[in-house]
Amino acid sequence: MKRSIRVSGPITQTLLGCMAFAVTLFLIVPVLIIVPTSFSAGSFLAFPPPGFSLQWYERLLERDVWAESAWLSIWIALLVTLASTVLGTLGAFGLVRGSFWGQRVVLAFILSPLIIPGVIVAIAIYFFYAQMRLVGSPIAIAIAHTTIAVPFVVINVSASLQGFDRRLEMAAQNLGASHWDTFRLITLPIIRPGIFAGALFAFISSFDELIIALFIAGPRQVTLPLRMWESMKSSLDPTLAAISVIAVSISVALFFTSTWLQARAKRRTEALTETLVGGDA
Amino acid sequence: MKSLRNPGMLLIPLMAFLLVFYLLPVFLMLLRSAGEGWSFAPFVAAFDSVVTVKVFVFTVKVAVGVTLLTLLLAYPLAYFIVTTSDRMAALLMAIVLVPFWTSILIRSYAWMVLLGRKGVINELLTWIGVIETPIRMLNTTFAVYIGMIHVLLPFMILPILSALKGIDGRLVAAAENLGAGPASVFRHVILPLSMPGVIAGSVLVFVLALGFYITPALIGGPQDMMISMLIAQKVELYEWPEASAIAAVLLVLTLAALALVGRLISIEKVLGRATG
Repeated sequence: MKRSIRVSGPITQTLLGCMAFAVTLFLIVPVLIIVPTSFSAGSFLAFPPPGFSLQWYERLLERDVWAESAWLSIWIALLVTLASTVLGTLGAFGLVRGSFWGQRVVLAFILSPLIIPGVIVAIAIYFFYAQMRLVGSPIAIAIAHTTIAVPFVVINVSASLQGFDRRLEMAAQNLGASHWDTFRLITLPIIRPGIFAGALFAFISSFDELIIALFIAGPRQVTLPLRMWESMKSSLDPTLAAISVIAVSISVALFFTSTWLQARAKRRTEALTETLVGGDA
Repeated sequence: MKSLRNPGMLLIPLMAFLLVFYLLPVFLMLLRSAGEGWSFAPFVAAFDSVVTVKVFVFTVKVAVGVTLLTLLLAYPLAYFIVTTSDRMAALLMAIVLVPFWTSILIRSYAWMVLLGRKGVINELLTWIGVIETPIRMLNTTFAVYIGMIHVLLPFMILPILSALKGIDGRLVAAAENLGAGPASVFRHVILPLSMPGVIAGSVLVFVLALGFYITPALIGGPQDMMISMLIAQKVELYEWPEASAIAAVLLVLTLAALALVGRLISIEKVLGRATG
């Protein structure tokens, strides 16, 4: 077993544990607090709690503006997922398997939308669209979101390609598989969790995106984050808590699904490597 | 895939897309900031105002403060995760990553619920009897710090964690065998070896903090205007050249901070770990 780098005695370690506990509490409590708020019988979460009620969820169902916004956001996010998964997967192959001058610069450029302040990207695209008369169409929003979603696909697919034992492909070809069969039967199954994780991240990054939508959405394209933003600026009723609980539950479920899929894929790849090329992956 | 002479060609669709819908718009925005006849009048107009200068100073101050505070909170947590049992570490990692998957908007809303006048904290404190009248917490600079630290903590924890995990335990054992006490081993072995993670995390948090918009706009007060909010305000007032000029300076500031450490690539590792 690997030697631990722990040097702290039991007292220091306990103190560290308390600190770690406090920090994780700080991280998780705000996410959890919206749950009781959404089931509140009052118009705010008070202590002691005024009672349990489903009124805010009912209101969500009654008012179709929320459903409309949710559908619009889902639709845009699906377009973004499709576009960025295709562009990003091809791009990751190019980056990892290709060799050309300025590779690092290209990678930095592709990842830059993640680091450059959102407002800069948003207003640049807004000015551009305004000149092209593209402001106010769902497709235009999807194109803009693809810019910030594609890095997630590139990162995840690149990671799975880098951890890839190329001897598996050679083994398949030595056994007589064509290029296409090698890709379909060996390469794709191994990198699929990477593609899947990238696609999930792409979906969520578009579904949650506010700043770009704030500038380029027309009055008839109120995405879910936009509607939440508007609502947060006027009143703070727990309808927002209800919608947040639904959104967070979906995100958390997706997160654990992707973690689980990747762990499973890793085990399978290791087993496959063991069988075909005798381990040492 | 050997059928392709150079797999690098697979990058063409992505690069074409990004050149048209990302680089070109940013380039045109920079061009706009130069003003007519390269007079750079928008820069003069934007930075001649006291407000702009104040906003820049405030933003940098908050970014530095948030970076230091997240570092202070993240390092002990990362060290604890590395040195605790596997099960505990997995639990803590899940807690670090779940907020990562929650939108900034929802987390800002959560802080509004917690910090508001009739919010959870005030109600709780009044109920226990610690305070009689609610404390003003929402729409203050304090709230901005809290909200930003909450969003940015994972970006500090992950690089530090990966640096700590990379330290060879035998070095610690060797130092101990040579008679170094725990404090000395930490100061002379663990801390220096984890510095790359500390630096990567700090730069990442600082740069992301510079561009914050949603959190300060929702839970800060009117005095807490950050650069991104000023840019958005100028765009709404149709002062596009001035907005472009301020955005150009923010962009240069961001790129300079990244270049200072020189490695944009480390961010890929950070995010790769967060997603994988």
